[in-house]
Amino acid sequence: MAQIIVVTSGKGGVGKTTSSAAIATGLALKGHKTVVIDFDIGLRNLDLIMGCERRVVYDFVNVINGEANLNQALIKDKRCDKLFVLPASQTRDKDALTKEGVGKVLEDLSKDFDYILCDSPAGIETGAMMALYFADTAIVTTNPEVSSVRDSDRILGMLQSRSRRAEQSLEPVKEFLLLTRYAPNRVKTGEMLSVEDVKEILAIPLLGVIPESQSVLKASNSGVPVIVDQQSDAGQAYSDAVARLLGDEVPLRFVNEEKKGILKRIFGS
Amino acid sequence: MSLLDYFKSSKKSNTAATAKERLQIIVAHQRSQRGDPDYLPMMKQEIIEVIRKYVHVEEEQVSVAMDQNDDNLSVLELNITLPDR
Repeated sequence: MAQIIVVTSGKGGVGKTTSSAAIATGLALKGHKTVVIDFDIGLRNLDLIMGCERRVVYDFVNVINGEANLNQALIKDKRCDKLFVLPASQTRDKDALTKEGVGKVLEDLSKDFDYILCDSPAGIETGAMMALYFADTAIVTTNPEVSSVRDSDRILGMLQSRSRRAEQSLEPVKEFLLLTRYAPNRVKTGEMLSVEDVKEILAIPLLGVIPESQSVLKASNSGVPVIVDQQSDAGQAYSDAVARLLGDEVPLRFVNEEKKGILKRIFGS
Repeated sequence: MSLLDYFKSSKKSNTAATAKERLQIIVAHQRSQRGDPDYLPMMKQEIIEVIRKYVHVEEEQVSVAMDQNDDNLSVLELNITLPDR
């Protein structure tokens, strides 16, 4: 049985797809057979971040409607043979995802994968609700910024009332906070919420802190998940998050301001 | 950041603290409504309209709250302040 993980946030543009791509790749690189599914029907983008956009033939909705089978729709990653992508459809049909249809696909995938990552769309419409409904674990991606934190709290409410686990009174969905676009220097000057602030407000365990990093844009430009770039701070921070997801205890990195040399301090960077 | 910015920034007010305070209030409010059924706001609106057929009341004079007691018992509490005649 696979573990189903939803990467969600409520607010858009906080890094759900970047995080889904990075964490799925990280899990696969550690030897776990992983599939990452794009739930953003009509606005497919995970394929671009994963660098497989030109290999999309069939998609998630085709599989749900029985127009293609899973083997036809799953795209095997170029870099890692344990990693597969199930792209979203570009249809504008809002009712393309049904609970029965999604449930059936997840059940079939469960048979031969270790991890199923669901990359949720923003908002609280059908796509987002379908992405979180079947989850065992939720990674709530949040920026240290008021609207993102508030929306994350709304999503936590949904996980606690609208998920399959809540409806069937099973053990609740495991919730984790992934704080992204963190700028330690701005935290230090009091212009950004700190890790502790966000943790205190949302009151869920921390999976990781991803620093604001130029490597994220570089990675998406070239269609390579940022975790592959192990020279970068963001890539290393995602690796730490994956290790924690697998149960390891790893100390937090990149949460304190990097030390600048005396010359940089005086003349600026 | 240059040396000049360093002195300037130390005088700036701490906006993160303001953000935290505002968030704590709004999140507490959000959580108090977490268990509420979806139909509650619409039901409240309809109740207000029914009352308005007979008495003029403002929206803030009507409070509707759903309380979840233990043992599968929910209590719908309706509080209407009627205006003086």
